[in-house]
Amino acid sequence: MDISIFQITWFVLWSVLWAVYFMLDGFVLGTGFLSAFIARNDTEKRILINAVGPVWDGNEVWLLTAGGATFAAFPTTYALMFSNLYSALILLLFALIVRGVSFEFRGKLEGAAWKGSWDKAILVSSFLPALLFGVAFGNIFSGIPMRNDFTTLQFTYEGSLIGLLNPYGLVTGVLFVLLFAVHGALYISLKTVGDLKDRATSMANKLWPALLVIAVVFLGYTWPATKLYNNFFKAPVLLIIPVVAVVSLLMVKVFAGKNETGKAFIFSCLTIVFVVFTGVTGLFPNLLPSSLDAASNLTIFNSSSSLYTLRIMTVVALIMVPIVIAYKIWVYRIFRARVSSEDVLGNPQAY
Amino acid sequence: MNVVTLSQWQFAATCMFHWIFVPLTLGLSIMTAWMETKYVTTGDETWLRMTKFWGKLFLINFALGVVTGITMEFQFGLNWAEYSRYVGDIFGAPLAMEATITFFLESVFIGVWIFGWNKISKKVHALSIWLAAIGTNLSALFILLANGWMQKPVGFAIRNGRAEMTDFMAVVTNPYGWIKFSHTLMSGYALAAFVIMGVSAWHLLRANESDFFKRSFKMASAWAFVASLLVGITGDFHAVEIAKVQPSKFAAMEAVWETKKNAGMCLLLMPDANGECNAVESLTIPGMLSFLAFHDTRGEIKGLKDFPKEMRPPVTPTFLSFRLMAGLGTFMIIASLIGVFLSRRDRFIENRLYLSIMVLAIPVPYLAQQFGWLVAELGRQPWIVFGVMKTADAVSKSVTATQIILSLLGFTVLYGFLGAIDIYLLVKYAKKGPDKDLSNIIEMTGRA
Repeated sequence: MDISIFQITWFVLWSVLWAVYFMLDGFVLGTGFLSAFIARNDTEKRILINAVGPVWDGNEVWLLTAGGATFAAFPTTYALMFSNLYSALILLLFALIVRGVSFEFRGKLEGAAWKGSWDKAILVSSFLPALLFGVAFGNIFSGIPMRNDFTTLQFTYEGSLIGLLNPYGLVTGVLFVLLFAVHGALYISLKTVGDLKDRATSMANKLWPALLVIAVVFLGYTWPATKLYNNFFKAPVLLIIPVVAVVSLLMVKVFAGKNETGKAFIFSCLTIVFVVFTGVTGLFPNLLPSSLDAASNLTIFNSSSSLYTLRIMTVVALIMVPIVIAYKIWVYRIFRARVSSEDVLGNPQAY
Repeated sequence: MNVVTLSQWQFAATCMFHWIFVPLTLGLSIMTAWMETKYVTTGDETWLRMTKFWGKLFLINFALGVVTGITMEFQFGLNWAEYSRYVGDIFGAPLAMEATITFFLESVFIGVWIFGWNKISKKVHALSIWLAAIGTNLSALFILLANGWMQKPVGFAIRNGRAEMTDFMAVVTNPYGWIKFSHTLMSGYALAAFVIMGVSAWHLLRANESDFFKRSFKMASAWAFVASLLVGITGDFHAVEIAKVQPSKFAAMEAVWETKKNAGMCLLLMPDANGECNAVESLTIPGMLSFLAFHDTRGEIKGLKDFPKEMRPPVTPTFLSFRLMAGLGTFMIIASLIGVFLSRRDRFIENRLYLSIMVLAIPVPYLAQQFGWLVAELGRQPWIVFGVMKTADAVSKSVTATQIILSLLGFTVLYGFLGAIDIYLLVKYAKKGPDKDLSNIIEMTGRA
């Protein structure tokens, strides 16, 4: 088979990995930074942490897999994306490190100062990745100032950390923050009972209009800031993808308003997945465009692994991804029950 | 300092910090699974209490191992972009497989294990720690196959301005990687067993929960002896492989300057790198070095002088790390053998001197492992991929020295802070001992 079939397959897989990662870690990050505003006492904070406790680590692995897949399938993109965005990714890394240990450390000692410090750590280390992932993807959509010559193998980057915080990057950052906030609020509402649940539902409803506004701004701003719309003009049938994203976003409000948070959460999942799909569909066949000249774009064709490696990795992915999905569904079923104060207070192993 | 040196420092610092937590995870995951299996098959509640107590230490340690592992995957792209571009066609595959096959397994089932006590049956619960432990152990296999490829590159061709994979089976069956995996895995088991012995000894000295810690100690001493012995045996195989494929590393490990047949091993030795000779050289065992390298006293050892100066690894640190690792490893075999011997009639409980030594010996396997990694990575220099790519050519070109100084500073502060807290918590919970309230624990195991 021709190498381009595998390159396209891996582009699709790459997109799916990112979409699933944002769908799954989105509600963990959202729950993390909303905890400070929704939970009113220590027990409620513990309920929220324990609501994500069994799954957060497994969800984060989708990021490692997305990173690993980029490395294995598109090594040149992996190399240049990570090194060019060095400072932003270091910040992201620090935040993810702090978030992970905060869950584990918070409950290990008593004392308001200890717990309060970790609560602040959870707030910052959950908010920052949401924002930074958005900023990063905004810049991926619009392109970064790099010059790449694939025959002489000369690669240069002319950007900076401040340069990434351009208006379009920030709009995408805020979009991600609000997407994850609504997503997290719906997850809390789905996983808790009583007053806590009501507060979370009301938070989702209150945040939704802001999300709608930023989504409209994002879609409009994408027109002058990026070339994402070109693919949709070439093949209008693809417009179904952003349409699903928008309809899902509207359905979130319909069901959240009726207090049917289970359905609202499913549509929130779909919104996130289809927002990512919209972005990457516009991006295709680029993985990381250059804002300086089109010849410098990193595409699935000029940055991929060899046919041999892509073939092997395809076999691995076709076997492993369904297995992973199967046991993850099983685990979500085990922990499908809502978390109450009795669960947290009665379980010495709980966070 | 330049970008290459700074990148090396950052990688070494973050890798060695990561490696404070990983070996305990490797060993303690399996041992905790073993304890829980004993509980499920015998119904003996002491095994359950052991599972809970050692499992708690396992989890506190596990958290930091996981989060510092993310750094390692990111760093190849962040700091070593030229490397990632040049060898990504081969090196990316084991990393991606590690994430898909093993990280999911360990991360998902560790969640099931922590939160599933009253939600799933005893057997499924025990199965979940086994799956997490297998995931952890297998992830070591993938990363060590990747490292094994850097030490002894196989199954590739230089094409299209990079190294491309031509034989996947050669990469996954690379003997260098497998020897490294078995050596590392066994050292992780030995380390975990020494931690259990040390913590148990601390409590036994205070006559606290004697039955509980007696059983823990006995179980761990058997593990420690078998694992330490296997560390030595696999280490011997490893040395033979190194002598064959990385003669410059072997010469630095043993401070051999002149090429010679029937080389002897000096028990007292100190290299003088500037003078290209050894300052101290005595107590020689004739033919021993040739025997260690080739299992044949007539074997010819290549000396460092056969390599141009710029192609030699840093001799003194490689040599010292190797000697220290081997010395500490020998201590571990002897100390655990005494433990097994004293265990036969529970005599270790009266032997306060031995128990005190075992408490103090907790850092020994940690140090041995760090020195082992220094030998592996320093000894490979100046290569990043032995014989294929130089470390100096592998760094990111778009990253400045200032950026790395700042990130290295950030890592130092963040890791220092989190490491201190984690070790504090480990010590605190280790000293606290197992939960007294048995009824609560049994209730929590829920459905039978």
